[in-house]
Amino acid sequence: MKPTDTANPDYFHKVVDCQWGCPAHTDVPAYIRMIAQGQFSDAYMENRRSNVFPGILGRVCDRPCEPACRRGRVEDKPVAICRLKRVAADHRDDITDRLPKPPSQNNGKRVALIGAGCASLTVANDLRPLGYDVTIFEALNATGGLMRTNIPRFRLPPKVLDEEIGYILDMGVDLKLNHPIESLEELLKENYDAVFVGTGAPRGKNLEIPGRYDSDRIHIGIEWLESVAFEHIDTIGERVLIIGVGNTAMDCCRTSLRLGARDVKVMARKPRGFFKASDWELEDAEEEQVEILVNHSPKEFVYENDKLVGMKFELMKYQIDEQGQIDRGRVTGEKIIPCDDVVLAIGQDNAFPWIERDLGIQFDKWECPVVDETTMMSGREGVFFGGDSAFGPKNIIWAVEHGHQAAISIHKYCQGEDIEDRLPMGLNLASQKMGMHEWSYSNDYNPASRRLMPHVDLKKRFKKLNIEVELGFTAEQTIEEVERCLNCDIQTAFSANLCIECDACIDICPVNCLTITENGDEDDLRTRLSAPAENREQALYVSADLPHTGRVMVKDEDLCVHCGLCAERCPTGAWDMQKSTILVPYAADESPLDPPKVAAGIAVK
Amino acid sequence: MTFIAKPKVSHPGLPKNKLGLTSRDYEGVVSTLCAGCGHDSVTAALIQAVFELDIEPHMLAKMSGIGCSSKTPAYFVSQAHGFNSVHGRMPSVTTGANAANRDLMYIGVSGDGDSLSIGVGQFVHAIRRNLNMCYVIENNGVYGLTKGQFSASADIGSLPKKGMPNQQEPIDPVSTALSLGATYIARSFSGDKEQLVPLLKGALLHSGFSLVDVISPCVTFNDHEGSTKSYAHTRQFYNHVVNVDYIHPSEEIKASYAEGEAMPIHLHGGDTIILRKVDGGYDPTSRAAAFKYLRERFNAGEITTGLLYVNEAREEMHELMGNSDTPLSKIPLDELNPGKEELKKIQNRYR
Repeated sequence: MKPTDTANPDYFHKVVDCQWGCPAHTDVPAYIRMIAQGQFSDAYMENRRSNVFPGILGRVCDRPCEPACRRGRVEDKPVAICRLKRVAADHRDDITDRLPKPPSQNNGKRVALIGAGCASLTVANDLRPLGYDVTIFEALNATGGLMRTNIPRFRLPPKVLDEEIGYILDMGVDLKLNHPIESLEELLKENYDAVFVGTGAPRGKNLEIPGRYDSDRIHIGIEWLESVAFEHIDTIGERVLIIGVGNTAMDCCRTSLRLGARDVKVMARKPRGFFKASDWELEDAEEEQVEILVNHSPKEFVYENDKLVGMKFELMKYQIDEQGQIDRGRVTGEKIIPCDDVVLAIGQDNAFPWIERDLGIQFDKWECPVVDETTMMSGREGVFFGGDSAFGPKNIIWAVEHGHQAAISIHKYCQGEDIEDRLPMGLNLASQKMGMHEWSYSNDYNPASRRLMPHVDLKKRFKKLNIEVELGFTAEQTIEEVERCLNCDIQTAFSANLCIECDACIDICPVNCLTITENGDEDDLRTRLSAPAENREQALYVSADLPHTGRVMVKDEDLCVHCGLCAERCPTGAWDMQKSTILVPYAADESPLDPPKVAAGIAVK
Repeated sequence: MTFIAKPKVSHPGLPKNKLGLTSRDYEGVVSTLCAGCGHDSVTAALIQAVFELDIEPHMLAKMSGIGCSSKTPAYFVSQAHGFNSVHGRMPSVTTGANAANRDLMYIGVSGDGDSLSIGVGQFVHAIRRNLNMCYVIENNGVYGLTKGQFSASADIGSLPKKGMPNQQEPIDPVSTALSLGATYIARSFSGDKEQLVPLLKGALLHSGFSLVDVISPCVTFNDHEGSTKSYAHTRQFYNHVVNVDYIHPSEEIKASYAEGEAMPIHLHGGDTIILRKVDGGYDPTSRAAAFKYLRERFNAGEITTGLLYVNEAREEMHELMGNSDTPLSKIPLDELNPGKEELKKIQNRYR
């Protein structure tokens, strides 16, 4: 193999699994260390820079970082990254003077953002400080989009939403509530310099089976949740069936319990392991005694005297092959399950009845607009998309990242620059050696297991819809959990020219990730390392030829716990522990204007 | 030295031996030697060897004297027996221990100071007795603990960090052992575990005295230019003569070895080692040939490594003395002690 090019920011970035897995590339280990040192405000601001809504995401993020977390491979449970984010948000001091400042003067460019959800708000957050005149059009009478309408209050208190959205609106964003855009063509006539569409995927999928339209007790999940959020609905029958087993289904079943349901069943077509819902959302629902019935495929709604009394299901049996692929299944019988209400939570579609089809924006067969994945621009120049409205339903953190990228594009577009010519990611490396045996980070491995989030007592939590179930980590839990982080951003950096091949690093490495051997191609090298190197998603770090023997140092990044013992036992400093900081460009960095002045809110023109 | 302990966490895919243990289970405490010390690599090689031989930790005894090398038994197999004895006196303590319990496997870890200066008398007599032990010399040519003075194994002309080159003849433990009739004599290098681990396995299984002289550079006092025991010098003048493959009794000999270059040696316990000769003309069963070869290569400036001499025919100490197969430690006291009356009779025979 060729020597690994560690100057390419992607190499060390990938080693930080959580940061690489996060669409917005939040520097997770850095903020966890800040929490460990009690610097909650700093941790909050580190989060906010990339993910804009730390308090919200610390409760309801889809957490792509956690399945990626190296700790999950070294032991079994990842670091509770998401809940530590909440710790930073809950314990921060007043940070208002550290937020981006409104410009003292506008730059003369007007941008329209459609929808007041997380994507549009992120665009506003990035563009407003640069002097853009930003207007948000929202159809409902509240901000937040799906964060407010679809995530129940017992998971995300409105206070948290209001606070973090307020930080953005307070920069002087023109918010127009109750202002649905009925026609994009009409909006374009108002000569905005750029338009951003962040309207989400607002149409819940329907279930076209017999009896669907014969009762008003059959609800579409996201519409029903919205009605509950706006207090148009405050009751439900005693027996409720939830169709579908995604995260929306989990919100529906738990909401039902708070509206008076006694017997809530979630009906899954497939067996466990093929559910769309995140494991932790399933756990939280099952803790509340929600029953999940597997292998039930809906067949028809059952009526007696024109009243909905139940649903008929086909009982399914599936074959799962060696690769874990499931077949289409076969029917082994039928079963009727009685109920009073049914909530359909089987997915969402995009819907753009208000976008004329002759404006130059193409749509695919799923009614998704054709959008460039890097620039977020549609076929029509100056019209950008982001969040669920761009590529179909994803999650909040993806919407935030779309917002950042769209803001860069809008900024460059408005300044007459090529939107394809974007700043690349950068990399800073800084040694963390503080002296003999002293490192700037806590490098001793803590064998503690993942802390469990304390919940409100089961008897108390159903009394009101807005009792937040999760209490947040205690101080003791936080202290343990931060130490579980392996500090993957403190990289093992190797200088081949200094190595005397004494083997000290290889002998001390607790997880056998180092080998000195003859070079070869990757398939061959992977068979000759100190320990099995079967995880091909994780890179091999291969050095230049070593000066004494011409062999190479190979590190399998997979299970490295970043304890720094290789560097500590290295007599020549060939190994060093260096903090990698991934420099993620934002709209302000692309600015031809002076970025420090922008940050300081000094006049821009 | 290092202040944090090596984390208990380990690679989930680590192989297990017949006892269900991984190599991590054979570790000791974290080394307090200088970072980069060759001795730590020897420790790692010992861990690998005892792991691969499925040795039960409680059947192992680690013996040492004084010096950097003699600290190392603390760094492997924490569950084994250990005795950190007086400077240079490890061989006689081991002789006593072995006399009392011949069932244990004895590893003595010593250095060039401990074995070739203060303890040279002990070293040579342990060889004469053919004491059944694996004797490892971690040989770096200097007294590391006392700040790097030349030891008795320093080569003529070798430069210290500061001061005059060494003028005195070195004592070569390998030639010394050959002349005294040791029955398993090997030399290796701490930086070459591929060679060292099988040599150690053979030495542990050999019945009788086995010497493994390991060039183990002192990274602090003897790893500079002009030193003949540095990492760079050792690698440059390194000469493999005979490599060893260890074959477990339950394994078939599968690998094909070229005629004349491979030589199987059957060990007492039923194990086999295969000697792979890099120099086809070398005969590791001939003391005279080994002597001649070593001297020639030494004069050419080379460091000859590998299993240099082996003799499975000679009896070890207990066999020579006709001792009981049952270890003395396991024989009840009333059987072991003939009693006053018997003792008197024996004494009377000499009056």
